Amino acid sequence: SSSRDEALRDKRSRIMSRGLPKQKPIEGVKQVVVVASGKGGVGKSTTAVNIALALAANDSTKEVGLLDADIYGPSIPKMMNLKGNPELTPKNLMRPLKNYGIACMSMGFLIEETSPVVWRGLMVMSAVEKLLRQVDWGQLDYLVIDMPPGTGDVQLSVSQNIPIAGAVIVSTPQDVALLDVHKGAEMFRKVHVPVLGLVQNMSVFQCPKCKHETHIFGADGVRDLAKTLGLDILGDVPLHINIRETCDSGQPVVISQPQSDAAKAYLKIAMEILRRLPVPPA
Amino acid sequence: TLAERANLAGVRHILLVLSGKGGVGKSTLSTELALALRNAGKRVGILDVDLCGPSIPRMLRVRDSAVHQCDSGWVPVFVGQDKAIALMSIGFLLERPDDAVVWRGPKKNALIKQFVTDVAWGDLDFLIVDTPPGTSDEHISTVEALRPYQLLGAILVTTPQ
Repeated sequence: SSSRDEALRDKRSRIMSRGLPKQKPIEGVKQVVVVASGKGGVGKSTTAVNIALALAANDSTKEVGLLDADIYGPSIPKMMNLKGNPELTPKNLMRPLKNYGIACMSMGFLIEETSPVVWRGLMVMSAVEKLLRQVDWGQLDYLVIDMPPGTGDVQLSVSQNIPIAGAVIVSTPQDVALLDVHKGAEMFRKVHVPVLGLVQNMSVFQCPKCKHETHIFGADGVRDLAKTLGLDILGDVPLHINIRETCDSGQPVVISQPQSDAAKAYLKIAMEILRRLPVPPA
Repeated sequence: TLAERANLAGVRHILLVLSGKGGVGKSTLSTELALALRNAGKRVGILDVDLCGPSIPRMLRVRDSAVHQCDSGWVPVFVGQDKAIALMSIGFLLERPDDAVVWRGPKKNALIKQFVTDVAWGDLDFLIVDTPPGTSDEHISTVEALRPYQLLGAILVTTPQ
C-alpha cells in the first residue's frame, strides 16, 4: 500500500507541475552557479565577477562564463571593461563578449548605458530566457550568474528554467541586510536550489593610515545567520577601497592585484565553491 | 471610485524615494526623513512598497505588529516616539516577519494597488513611499496607482560609487 501511496503522490505532483516551465540545461554548459542575495548593494556583482575570474585562475583548463541577470541595473559590462552590441552567429545566437578569458552576456550590452529598463515581470521573463538560451556560450565548465536583488520574477525564472548546481548568497553583516538574506535563502529552498553557502562581504574596514579596524556594518552577523540556517560561510571579504576601485575601472582585483588579500579571499571562496559542487556531468 | 479616492484624499503631498541601485540607503533615508518631518511638526506617513525586502518595520522596531481593518480599509501601524507616524508595509501582513515573499509581478501589482487605495491614511502632510531597487513592477504600479493624487515628486538616493 505504501508503494501505491507513492505512485499516487508521483502522479499528483506530475499533474500539479503541468504548465510550469520545464527545466532544461543550457547547451554546452556543465554547471551553473548563481550569486544572489535578496538585499541590494551587498556586492553580488563584485563577488560574481571575482569568483568567475578566480575559478578561471584556479584551473586554466576550465572555461568560465558570466551571465548578468540583473536586467534593471546591469553592472557586469563596467566591471569587466566590456562594451558594445553582441554579434550574431549564423544560427542567430548572440556571441558573448569576452575579456580576461571569461565569456560574458548582459542586458547592458543590449541597451544604452543610461537607458532605464522599466519593464514589468512578464517582459523581464522573456528577456532572461533570451539571455540564457539565445547565447552561443560554447563549451563552458562553469556559468556564473549574477542575480538582481530581491526574490521575484528573475530569480523564479532562472531557477525554473535551468538546473542550478548551487547558489552562493552574499551579504554584509548589517541586520537589515541579513533579514533579506534570510528571505533569499528561503526562496532557494522553495525552488529546490542547493545553497552552497554564504559570503560575508564588507566585513571589516581597515583605516589606510592608522590600520585601526572598524566593523562598519556590524561584526559576525553573517556567521550567526549561517549558523541559524545551517549553512556554511564560504569566505569573508573586507571592505577595501581597491576592490571597489578596481571594479569601477573594469579591472577586477583577482586579475589586477592577484597577490592582494582581497584577491586571495576571492580565490579561497572559489575553492570552497568547487569543494561543494556536485561532480560535473561527463 | 469614490471610496478609493477617499483614503488618499487627506494626504497633501506624496514623495517617492527611488534609486535604481540597491543598498544605497533608500529605506534609511525614508525613515530618517519621516522622523525629521515629524520633528518639524508635520503629519507623516510611510508606505513601504519593497515587497521582497521590507526594511522599515525593523528600523522602527515594529516588526511584530499586526494591522487591523476598519470601515475604510486597513489601519496603518503608528510608529515613532509619539506614535504619530503612520506606516504600512507588507512586513505586517506576513505570518512571520522572516517569511520570504517570492511573487511574480501581477501579484505584487495587486497588493501595491491595495496599499495605495485601501489604507486609511487619514490627514497627512507627507506620505513617503519607500521603493525597492530597480525600475520594475513595484515602481510602475506605484506610480500608476498614485497618478490621480498629489504626487509631489521623487527623491533619488545614491552613493558616489
